[in-house]
Amino acid sequence: MTAVSFDELVVAEPLWNRERRIGVGLAVAGVAAAVGFGALATGEPARFTLTEDPAGGSVSIDGMFGAVLFGLLAAGAGAVLIVRAARRWFAWLLGAGIVCVLLSFLCWQISSAPAGLNFMPLVDVLRGTFLAALPLIFGALAGVLCERSGVVNVAIEGQLLTGAFAGALVGSITASAWVGLVGGIAGGVLISAMLAWFSIRYLVDQVVLGIVLNFFAVGLTGFIYAQLMRPNAERYNKTPGFPVWELPLLSKIPVLGPAVFTGTLFLFLGLILVVVINVALFRTRWGLRTRSVGEHPAAADTVGIKVLRTRYVNVLLAGAVAGIGGAYFTLDLVSQFSQDMVGGKGFIALAALIFGRWNPIGALFAALFFGFADKLATYLSSISSPIPSDFLAMLPYVATILAVAGLVGRVRAPAADGKPYVKG
Amino acid sequence: MNDSPPNPATTTEAPTTAPPADKEGEPRSLGRLFLHNLWTANTVTVTFLAVVLAMVIGGILIVVASEDLHPLYGYFFSRPTDALTASWDKVSEAYLNLFRGSILDVAAIEGWINGTGRWHLAFFPIAETLNYATPLVFTGLCVALAFRGGLFNIGAQGQAVMGMVLAGLAGFALPLPPGLHLLVALLAGAVGGLVWGFIPGFLKARTGAHEVITTIMLNYVAALFLNWLLLQNGVKDPARLDPISKVVHSSAQLPRLLGSDLRVTLGIVLAVLAAWGAAWMLKRSTFGFELRAVGANPDAARTAGMSVGRTTVVVMALAGALAGLGGSTIVLGAQANALTGPAAGTIGFDGIMVALLGRAKPWGVVGAALLFGALRAGGNRMQSYSGIPLELVTVLQALIVLFVAAPALVKAIFRLRAARAARLETSVAKGW
Repeated sequence: MTAVSFDELVVAEPLWNRERRIGVGLAVAGVAAAVGFGALATGEPARFTLTEDPAGGSVSIDGMFGAVLFGLLAAGAGAVLIVRAARRWFAWLLGAGIVCVLLSFLCWQISSAPAGLNFMPLVDVLRGTFLAALPLIFGALAGVLCERSGVVNVAIEGQLLTGAFAGALVGSITASAWVGLVGGIAGGVLISAMLAWFSIRYLVDQVVLGIVLNFFAVGLTGFIYAQLMRPNAERYNKTPGFPVWELPLLSKIPVLGPAVFTGTLFLFLGLILVVVINVALFRTRWGLRTRSVGEHPAAADTVGIKVLRTRYVNVLLAGAVAGIGGAYFTLDLVSQFSQDMVGGKGFIALAALIFGRWNPIGALFAALFFGFADKLATYLSSISSPIPSDFLAMLPYVATILAVAGLVGRVRAPAADGKPYVKG
Repeated sequence: MNDSPPNPATTTEAPTTAPPADKEGEPRSLGRLFLHNLWTANTVTVTFLAVVLAMVIGGILIVVASEDLHPLYGYFFSRPTDALTASWDKVSEAYLNLFRGSILDVAAIEGWINGTGRWHLAFFPIAETLNYATPLVFTGLCVALAFRGGLFNIGAQGQAVMGMVLAGLAGFALPLPPGLHLLVALLAGAVGGLVWGFIPGFLKARTGAHEVITTIMLNYVAALFLNWLLLQNGVKDPARLDPISKVVHSSAQLPRLLGSDLRVTLGIVLAVLAAWGAAWMLKRSTFGFELRAVGANPDAARTAGMSVGRTTVVVMALAGALAGLGGSTIVLGAQANALTGPAAGTIGFDGIMVALLGRAKPWGVVGAALLFGALRAGGNRMQSYSGIPLELVTVLQALIVLFVAAPALVKAIFRLRAARAARLETSVAKGW
């Protein structure tokens, strides 16, 4: 047998691969931004304040100049991608390009804002991003736990809603936020217990089951809200809140401090859970078993891992995490439950899960991306942007579609995701 | 009627149990055969028992959420009859009103026979049921066709809203003669839904973006678009302050079938025609075959030379058009005569449940839509006369679909025998 040596492995690649197509898209967007936003922007400066005080330290740039500059930078990043000059930096270039298009847009919007409002409070925007992303983080973590063990979880919306409802109900009745949190966890676990029982024991199609459970959650919470909460809001729908904590040294860091290290229990719990679940999934025995059950349950079963019990445990844990996320709505964000208050965040969390490739850290960044879109919409409508508020409210949803359709690339779900396991 | 083979991963027991023969060895009579097969886990029995089970749980919910019954349960153990009879009264009265509002109101029929009441009142419940069922048939067909093509079309709501928007616009903005106006408005509605269904289909075919997420996002975009549209100058009604559009001309409205007092329109006839068309297409046309093939096994279909991407796009566009027609029947029919934010209600989401209940078959969808229409019509009366909120109907609907989707559970609860063809699952388990 002759030895074959490969000095240079030539792989045929199409001319228009994904990298080039995204590069072209970015270049076009950059040029359009430079031309369009540059023309629309005024000569007023666009200020980005760095502290909570609007008159404090800030970075300022001339509106028209900024719009054109950032547009050209984005086009430049797109050009680099087209000629494939720096292949290893694809993700960074794409991210930088998107940020530049965004900055160009912001230069236009801020410079055209009415006098007194022509600044962007970075601290407030960053804090708003984290707070808007919180339910998405909890929902996506719930999805990670569930789907890594092989059970598709479309019912995140229902789990968030039931968690919010149970948190409000229990918190009001007991007048204690902590007991309300436990109630919220129980609410999320209720829906996920139904998900686990019907899909693992009775082999119902998991996507269908998730959708039906969402309807069930809407109907159940709406019904009990109409019967108990609406007539008697004082007793059943007035929740206490959690205090705001400031971490001693870290909250003094210039921009990040007030945004990330100052908040209620939910913010810290969410960030801690991301780290904990990441470590648990990838560095513990439990995590290895969970992932093996999600990838190849038959092999895991052969080794002696209890497949069905692992799935039950994971789905219930996912429900608990989603219940905490739901309790955030009624115990922190506002102090009462209203019908259908989750408003699609469960599905955005699902998109964040896929966008983050079923990975806790990825899910965190994806959730922050969608949370930023949400916060941006609120901010733009507060500076009386010429764009109608309804179209601004579409921003998170459109961002989700763009992310799932264009930016995510090829994703690989856990191999046994969605397939019920039957022994033998 | 068997469209896909039994899935070995989901069938849990050996299928056939033949009825025992008589002592002389001859097969039993038709009556005996019927009774024997009645108590097996076939689709009719499972559906009926699922409804029964859902109503039992609904009854428990009514009792749990009634504050006036709570004190009676406080002393349950000393005098249980108080609590139990009060609970039974409340639940049975609620369900009787459900029946009276949807099918038959005996009092109204008696009034008609005696001459004290008009015949309209006797037919009112059925008319209401048909009125609510009309858009549900369309949205149910939309989701069912997509299911058969292997797609989860959760965007029926958005597609129906866009259809409703375009139909309404055509209804009040175009001055056309009576017959033509209706036709053009319906066509506009279909086009609106078609575009909204085309987008996720195209994204799925070209980029692999999962249609569950894209369709749900488009639902929200459609609702926000409607909100914006209602404030624009050409659309909003200048005489009113609330966000409502101009009134649709009477030349574009669907004619009423039983007189102007009852709310059943031509829409139900169109819905049945659409179901017949969908059944014909699935069974007898080339495209229907391609649709079913791609839904059952996209890889095999691709090997056989079918274009999976093209089929996906066309299926989603067709489904969107159907949902758009469903939305059109709302604004051109008896439920509304102008566009408002909540005009479309939840017909898209109800359509998903109708499709699941009808097991993604066109005539099953019609039956399921009638059931859901009946629940909605009865629920209205239950809300006005018994004070039970309409959300209970949503719970009942979700529970019915849940139990129908888990026939093994119903079988276990009622100890049914295994059916002859143990093919009870609604769609192939696929995950992402």
